[in-house]
Amino acid sequence: MDRDSIRLDHRIIYQTVEPGSKVLDLGCGDGELMLLLAREKNVKVQGIEIDDEAIYKCVEKGLSVFHGDIDSGLVEYPDKSFDYVILNQSMQQVKKADFVIQEGLRVGKKLIVGLPNFAHLKARSRLFFRGKVPITKSLPYHWYDTPNLHFLAISDFKDYCADRNITILNAYYLGDKKVLRFRPNLFALNAIFVLTK
Amino acid sequence: MTKEKSVGIVETKYFTFAEHSHELRLESGKTLGPITLAYETYGELNKEKTNAILVAHALSGDAHAAGFHKDDKDPGWWDTMIGPGRALDTDKYFVICSNIIGGCKGSTGPSSVNPKTNKPYALDFPIITIADMVKAQAHLIDHLGIKKLLCVIGGSMGGMQVLQWVASFPERVKSAIPIATAAKHSPQQIAFDEVGRQAVMADPAWNEGNYYDTGVKPERGLAVARMIGHITYMSDKSMEEKFSRRLKEKAYSFKFTTDFEVEGYLRYRGDNFVKRFDANSYLYITKAMDYIDLSGDKLLPKGKHADVGFLVIAFKSDWLYPSYQSQDIVRQLKIKGLDATYCEIDSAYGHDSFLMEVDEETHLIKHFLNKAFRT
Repeated sequence: MDRDSIRLDHRIIYQTVEPGSKVLDLGCGDGELMLLLAREKNVKVQGIEIDDEAIYKCVEKGLSVFHGDIDSGLVEYPDKSFDYVILNQSMQQVKKADFVIQEGLRVGKKLIVGLPNFAHLKARSRLFFRGKVPITKSLPYHWYDTPNLHFLAISDFKDYCADRNITILNAYYLGDKKVLRFRPNLFALNAIFVLTK
Repeated sequence: MTKEKSVGIVETKYFTFAEHSHELRLESGKTLGPITLAYETYGELNKEKTNAILVAHALSGDAHAAGFHKDDKDPGWWDTMIGPGRALDTDKYFVICSNIIGGCKGSTGPSSVNPKTNKPYALDFPIITIADMVKAQAHLIDHLGIKKLLCVIGGSMGGMQVLQWVASFPERVKSAIPIATAAKHSPQQIAFDEVGRQAVMADPAWNEGNYYDTGVKPERGLAVARMIGHITYMSDKSMEEKFSRRLKEKAYSFKFTTDFEVEGYLRYRGDNFVKRFDANSYLYITKAMDYIDLSGDKLLPKGKHADVGFLVIAFKSDWLYPSYQSQDIVRQLKIKGLDATYCEIDSAYGHDSFLMEVDEETHLIKHFLNKAFRT
């Protein structure tokens, strides 16, 4: 496996997930991460995805996927039926983010959330100096065609976890090509949280 | 469709069992025997006998799923799906399709001769269920020397048989593909079936089912039943595209003749159907569909182990078997911890979509089977 060819966020999630565990990927896209986990870590993984084309690509890869939206919940899954539930770059696109996070924490022993940081330096400067809505590497969309419904900063998410009594087991802050430690709310493009309740 | 790419010329075969004292016990408690099943096979069974796929047909289907009968110009009903290089690749898999019991295409049904009376069964034929159809198919699979099927696949009532295979013989199925189907008929589905049955039974020629030697068949009734069926198999959009309000002639006739193309189409389909289908079979088969209920725990009763991989497919424009029914199936599978992939295909053809050459459907099935066969 060529580590460098793997997306940074995928690499971090890959390192987090224990071999042989059971994983549910919410908003799994074309299954790239699921395939990585299944192939390299012998993870038993299934996904939920709303996009037709992405579903076909998952099936092409031999992956199990459910075609549907995650806003309607995960009623069919008993409590703690997965070691990890992944919500990577999809939380900001669901209607009921709070509900989906709670459902993720219910059916998974751990929930991995990956989110774009709205308070990144570039976003702030674009808003402050140019008076325009931020467009950054992690938030690349124009206001009129963005799939994102929720805009939040790393600090907002930490506040949310504290409010909801969610334990943050680990947090990773991602720059363009590497993991950052210094002032993540200002410099990180994305963040990945490992949560439990 | 070219003949070269298909499985070519095929023949229907027959298998008879449940003879003498070995009659098949039906879900109703009655027995039936002897039973003949008409079936066809395509491709070769491998040495390990691990490449067998059973195709289950829908209400009006038959054993002739692929290839051409000698001197026929139309191929079997799922020829787009079955053949060398196709989704059910006959270079790799051994594909079996059998006509259901209760049918009229070579398998024992109400139009078959009752050996006890030497006359057609008519309404003396016992009521059969989807579970009975599957039980009979299992005898055929035994006869072919296959212990475990690589896959059971089918749409509509075929999909019900797929679910029933898993419910009845979980250890004999490696993977399952129920398409455009339901674990139980909804009141709306039962209602449409009942209207169809009433149409048949209201035809004086039906004669309480005894029409085999009267020289007149309940053709009007069966044709009306089929017309209703056809409406439910299409979508508003596909009907608009196919017929719109186009007229057969230049102007309205101001008579009760067929003005609109859609009327002509339905009459044609109805009239064609009565030539090839038995009215009593229509009654028995629709009843079997209405009786199925594998909802909730019934698909996999507690304590029953199953290790079956599922691919569940629904179609967005299918209002006869709406996608929520497929989602209910998947939900049950997930609760039981079974591996299931679900996809709702954006096709405009309504319930008929599963029989059409829909690329997405072919793609999903092909790759799913690849994986099932590999692992």
